[in-house]
Amino acid sequence: MMHFLLLLSRQGKLRLQKWFTPVTEREKKKVIREMTLMVLACPPRSCNFLLWRDLKIVYKRYASLYFCCGLGDQDNELLTLEVLQRYVELLDQYFGNVCELDIIFNFEKAYFILDEFLVGGEILETSKTVVGIAMEEAETLQEVTHTHSHLSVTHLPKYLNMFLLFSQQTMEEYMSKPTY
Amino acid sequence: MSPSVRLQEMIRVIRGARTQGEERGVIQRECAAIRAQFRQADNGTRSHNLAKLLYVHMLGYPAHFGQMECVRLIASPRYNEKRVGYLGAMMLLDEKQDASLLITNSIKNDLSHSSQYVQSLALCTLACMGSAEMCRDLAPEIDRLLRASNSYIKKKAALCAVHMVRKVPELGELFTPAARSLLSEKNHGVLHGAVVLITELCERNPDTLEQFRKAVPELVLMMKGLVMSGYSPEHNVAGISDPFLQVRILRLLRILGRNNDTASDAMNDLLAQVATNTDSSKTAGSAVLYETVLTVMDIKSESGLRVLAVNILGRFLLNNDRNIRYISMTSLQKIVQTDHNAVQRHRGTIVDCLKDQDASVKRRALELSLALVSAVNIRSLMKELLLFLSSCPPELRAHTTSGIFNAAERYAPSQRWHIDTILHVLTTAGGDVRDETVPNLIQLITTATELHCYTVHKLYRALITDISVQSLVQVACWCIGEYGDLLLRGECEETEPVQVTEDDVLDALETVLQSHMSSPATRGFALTATMKLSTRITHNVDRIRSIVSIYGSCIDVELQQRAVEYNALFKKYDHMRAAVLERMPVIDKSSPGHTNGESAGGTIKELEPAKLTQEIVLPQEPSNQVCDLLDLLGDSGEPFQPSPSLSSTAPGPASSTAGGDLLDLLGGLDVTPAPPSVTVYEKNGVTLKLQTDRQTDTGMTVTLTATNSTDGDITGLTLQAAVPKSVQLQMKAPSGDVIPAHGLGQVTQTVLLNNPNKVSLKIRVRVCYTSQSSVCQDTVQIDSFPSTAW
Repeated sequence: MMHFLLLLSRQGKLRLQKWFTPVTEREKKKVIREMTLMVLACPPRSCNFLLWRDLKIVYKRYASLYFCCGLGDQDNELLTLEVLQRYVELLDQYFGNVCELDIIFNFEKAYFILDEFLVGGEILETSKTVVGIAMEEAETLQEVTHTHSHLSVTHLPKYLNMFLLFSQQTMEEYMSKPTY
Repeated sequence: MSPSVRLQEMIRVIRGARTQGEERGVIQRECAAIRAQFRQADNGTRSHNLAKLLYVHMLGYPAHFGQMECVRLIASPRYNEKRVGYLGAMMLLDEKQDASLLITNSIKNDLSHSSQYVQSLALCTLACMGSAEMCRDLAPEIDRLLRASNSYIKKKAALCAVHMVRKVPELGELFTPAARSLLSEKNHGVLHGAVVLITELCERNPDTLEQFRKAVPELVLMMKGLVMSGYSPEHNVAGISDPFLQVRILRLLRILGRNNDTASDAMNDLLAQVATNTDSSKTAGSAVLYETVLTVMDIKSESGLRVLAVNILGRFLLNNDRNIRYISMTSLQKIVQTDHNAVQRHRGTIVDCLKDQDASVKRRALELSLALVSAVNIRSLMKELLLFLSSCPPELRAHTTSGIFNAAERYAPSQRWHIDTILHVLTTAGGDVRDETVPNLIQLITTATELHCYTVHKLYRALITDISVQSLVQVACWCIGEYGDLLLRGECEETEPVQVTEDDVLDALETVLQSHMSSPATRGFALTATMKLSTRITHNVDRIRSIVSIYGSCIDVELQQRAVEYNALFKKYDHMRAAVLERMPVIDKSSPGHTNGESAGGTIKELEPAKLTQEIVLPQEPSNQVCDLLDLLGDSGEPFQPSPSLSSTAPGPASSTAGGDLLDLLGGLDVTPAPPSVTVYEKNGVTLKLQTDRQTDTGMTVTLTATNSTDGDITGLTLQAAVPKSVQLQMKAPSGDVIPAHGLGQVTQTVLLNNPNKVSLKIRVRVCYTSQSSVCQDTVQIDSFPSTAW
């Protein structure tokens, strides 16, 4: 089972954290700190698998975000790479050309999507369309309109950096932000 | 203003803060506003305030005051508020918080809600942070949902059940029937959840495992369907149909097939099919293949399938993708013990991976290379490992050095090679070796008697080059102290000799003594070595005398003590100096007191005068295993070394005695407590009697008497004895080695025993003799001694 899933920005800021085991706040901070150090220090094109304490760490970089998760002993690392890929695709399906800003400003949506995909450290739904439909219906129920472009469900090549194409607005917004 | 914009507005403001202090100020203001809002009555903005609080929490600021708000929001009838409330519960509450108990009731109600999206919120939260009590409370609800609901809820209920079983294993029995029936579902999400649940149940309960073995054919069919099915757009990932489900099924099959022939047979075909048909050009396919290989290796698969699996791993090893290579090496590591030859074939590629840039790949390659070392490939592999050591990342160095030492110890083709290897490691990475390396190396050097000259030359050269590596310097000092005369002689067969003068050698040692880089232990080594040289050199004894007297007032207490004692050796006990400082005997690896490098200086004081009492180790084998007698007396493989004062003739060639006879002998052994003299061995007309005589509280004299009742003389009689570790044994010279025929004479030999620890005394005696021109050798063990002993 997956023990945790973290999204870290390139500057080391936490963008999303999901813990599948009971962990104290203090311990969480410690883990986040250590993950940040470990994962951000890895050179590009290095192996995506690390060993840390008794967990296997699988990380993947998508544009400016590092997706990092801790696995148990029996878990398949290659499959976890596919899980991370799938999550990114789900985010992209929902937000349309998703970028880090989308996840910052709509973090609760990112969590909702995650909860339709992973539960209790295990994969819940293996079909992208089902997750998409569930999200839409929940949104309707919530009666909050959220504009997002519909992308057809295509499987993108896994090594393509999906976020290279920023929309014009978000690019401007992004450039005007102070870097820290 | 739309509420969600307020959240985004806040995020914008926080991100706009230029310094950490400014950010903290903004957040404090916002938190104060949120707290105020929480205290107010419901005004439709609660969910957004909680959302804001959750954002602040993610930045790392305390948010515990939001816990009660979560509880309240969860109880709200509005979906959007529930949604945020449950999210908050998952982020802020965990089972350790008291507030988590308060949501149990809400969850219970929501599990039976009319809307499946509300049900799913409750299920998700329960599966994420449900405590043991909550799980016990709500388990029947989950079981109900597992049976009668739509697929959307069923899959969530399945994973919720998984969480419950992890928290409260006894609940497994409750879920087993429902899990079984879920296997016939068509929906992939539900199937996946069912397989995960069954895996969890089987891992925890062997009876459930037995039950689910019957489901193997069903699982095989399911898997076949996935592999052979055409393109299914909904579940397709890079040409593989639902790799997530495939991997989970394979994992379950692994557990079911382990240690079970029937189950393993049932899945052989399927595994072969998956292994051959899966396209591994993309990660999804490789993931499935990887899981297949793991399954094949773990169950009782037929050999053809195993070969196929190892070949897949071999292919992976040549893949350009680092991840695939890493995976391959991880799997090979698991099977290197059982399928050693198969893995050996890939040794070349694995060794190449040692040169990879990536740290994870390097680590895997190192582990695997160390596991692949064998007597055949030791030389070439060690070259690679030493090359690796010179460029390896610091976190791997300690592991590498200890691995190299272990390998060298087990498979060294020659002593010189062994010593060279250790010296190479010490020069390259001496700072990362274990502490026992120094005494181990010293012991190795002493046993390699022909190489003393070579070793001391090499070490001297290393010493004058660099004195920063403490372990190397310690060994070098010790060697120079011991074999300094060989160094000064200036001739060596094995290597180019150095022309050194006594002054050079003393200079080197003094440099070590005075250098601030030397640790106190190293300086102790150097001082002792200097002292030892006083008997090995001829001209500069005065220099040594002055060095030693200077250190008599050294601040370091250990050095001071040594110096003062050596001074005393010069002054009052000069007549003993030569004897005290003479060449040390070969260090017996298994004897105590020689395991600490520190004692190298101390052993000079421990040196006993010429007649040493040998401590002979009693082997651990039970008394009725008498196959190879040479193994008997020396559990570390050291050949038995009789002390100089023992019987003069060497033991005869080992002839394996009929175990049966000896067993009978021991069975017939009747050591009665009363008479002081017992017959311990009687065979071929030779009788051996044992008589004990208690001398002191811990000391005993044992007399062995041998008589001969045959027609011919018994010649070449030798007796050897072994006792437990803490007992000291001293054998006196026998009265002779010929026993006259017809019982006309006898041979006696006295053995002195000292048992300071009062352990239970056992003695094993090996008797060798030639009778009627045939050599006989037997061993007897005496376990109980007359009660007058102690």
